Amino acid sequence: MRPVAERVLGKQPLGILFATPYAVFLAAVFAYPLGLAVWISFHDYFFAAPGAQVDRPFVGLANYADVLGDPAVQRSFVNVAEFLVINVPLTVVLSLVLATALNSVTRLRTFLRVSYYVPYVTASVALVAVWLFLFGKDGMVNGILGPLAPDPSWLVNSGLAMPVIALFVTWKQLGFSILLYLAALQNVSRDLYESAAVDGASRAKSFWNVTVPGVRSATTLVVILATITGANLFTEPYLLTNGGGPDGASASPVFVMYQKGIEQGHPDTAAAIGVLLVILVLLISLTSRKLLERD
Amino acid sequence: MRGGRRVWSTLALLVGAAVFLFPFYYMVVGSLQAKPDTSVRGAIPTGGLTLHNYADINSRVDLVQSLVNSGIFTGGVLVMTMLFGVLAGYALARLHFRGRGVLFAVMLLVQIVPFQLLIIPIYVLIVRTYGLADSYLGMIAPFAINSAAVFVFRQFFLQLPDDLFSAAALDGAGELRILWSVALPLVRPAMLTVLLITFIGPWNEFLWPFLVTKNQSLQPLAVTLANYISNIAGRATNPAGAILAGAVVLAAPAVALFVAFQKHFTGSELSSGVKG
Repeated sequence: MRPVAERVLGKQPLGILFATPYAVFLAAVFAYPLGLAVWISFHDYFFAAPGAQVDRPFVGLANYADVLGDPAVQRSFVNVAEFLVINVPLTVVLSLVLATALNSVTRLRTFLRVSYYVPYVTASVALVAVWLFLFGKDGMVNGILGPLAPDPSWLVNSGLAMPVIALFVTWKQLGFSILLYLAALQNVSRDLYESAAVDGASRAKSFWNVTVPGVRSATTLVVILATITGANLFTEPYLLTNGGGPDGASASPVFVMYQKGIEQGHPDTAAAIGVLLVILVLLISLTSRKLLERD
Repeated sequence: MRGGRRVWSTLALLVGAAVFLFPFYYMVVGSLQAKPDTSVRGAIPTGGLTLHNYADINSRVDLVQSLVNSGIFTGGVLVMTMLFGVLAGYALARLHFRGRGVLFAVMLLVQIVPFQLLIIPIYVLIVRTYGLADSYLGMIAPFAINSAAVFVFRQFFLQLPDDLFSAAALDGAGELRILWSVALPLVRPAMLTVLLITFIGPWNEFLWPFLVTKNQSLQPLAVTLANYISNIAGRATNPAGAILAGAVVLAAPAVALFVAFQKHFTGSELSSGVKG
């Protein structure tokens, strides 16, 4: 019979003491806000002076109805879908090919790794500053394209603003996917490549039949991370395309949340957008895990 | 044959690396040019380089104060993560206590539900309920302990051999002593990995400090520079040069830290931080 303290607190109760600051932190900035977001989204919630007693009536699904019927919100979800359609395949293909190549080279390996990772560790604000000039109307990209330059230019063209953001984010985040694939490649058994070579498989064939299935769990992770990045977009539409422009063509859901919740003072509808995004991200994560790891 | 392939791989990777690094090169060159030159030739300056743009951005925004603010924001998060992150990671990896399973499950959920989606309730809580707008505390609070760092610490503590701990326990060492003199010295490489991934969070963060600080003297550099880009860029003589100079100052510390510690930025150490 174990002592009572051990049964209640566990074998090493000191662990509770060690983990408490982190547990309190998670409760305060994650669990409680998540609950509060749901609560706010079901009430007529507005900002009031601190300490003021105000009535915030329960409104059921009214905020959700508002959000789903709002063309600006619908647009932002379509935009993020467009972002994912460009970003996900580009990220998966480029990072797997680059990781495989990086894995095979011996010379300059450190330099090459650093080159591909460095956009990932750099602030979006600093990198957006450069892209503003590269893709500006009189920028270098248009200078190279000459008469082929799009009109209106990239960042103010409603058909091109979102693709440019998707390209920017792919470039910025690619290093992290390469890193995940490089780690996964170390776990693909050498024997599989050797037996493929014995069977006379070409290099492309062994890439397709050995490498691609071998790193499947990393692919799941890359897809999930890309989804989370897409759901999170804010700095790029705020700064690169000057507030989700032109005319909302590159507005992201988080940007619309900021406009509605903070700028226009409607935290209730903004919270409803947040809850919808959380549900969508969870659904996409679960589905991609199911689809990519079905065997 | 194999060697030939390797050369082609290296060459292709070098071309890719040049494409990846070009915006960084352009950032530095553009920040040193007296007059904006956005033509292709402008990317290869033949002279007329100057530090004037750095003086220009410094006269338009308080560069030093912004750097100090970024430093306090980042430093606060680093201290909290190093201290409480190690303790939590150690407890999750090595100690059996009530609630461990629940804590770990919540940690996994935190990795999937990003901070930005909770921005409204966190804003309501920190700015409206606790009145922490325009304060370092309000800036640091939502970032205080980096969950990815806790995962990395947990992973490192898990990899230590069990014998080590049972031997120390047999010698009569208490849990605290085992953590301090046995486990911590062995996870020193993890400290560098965690330092790097924790640093780039708050240093590069824009949305939260942008929301929580209206007072310019408290804004970190990412916010100061973004405000400069969106509001007053039109008034500088060479707005491109001044903005790019600011971008170099913002990018440099993270890039320098990364280049110095790149050895500790590897998939085997970090992937635990995202998949748990």
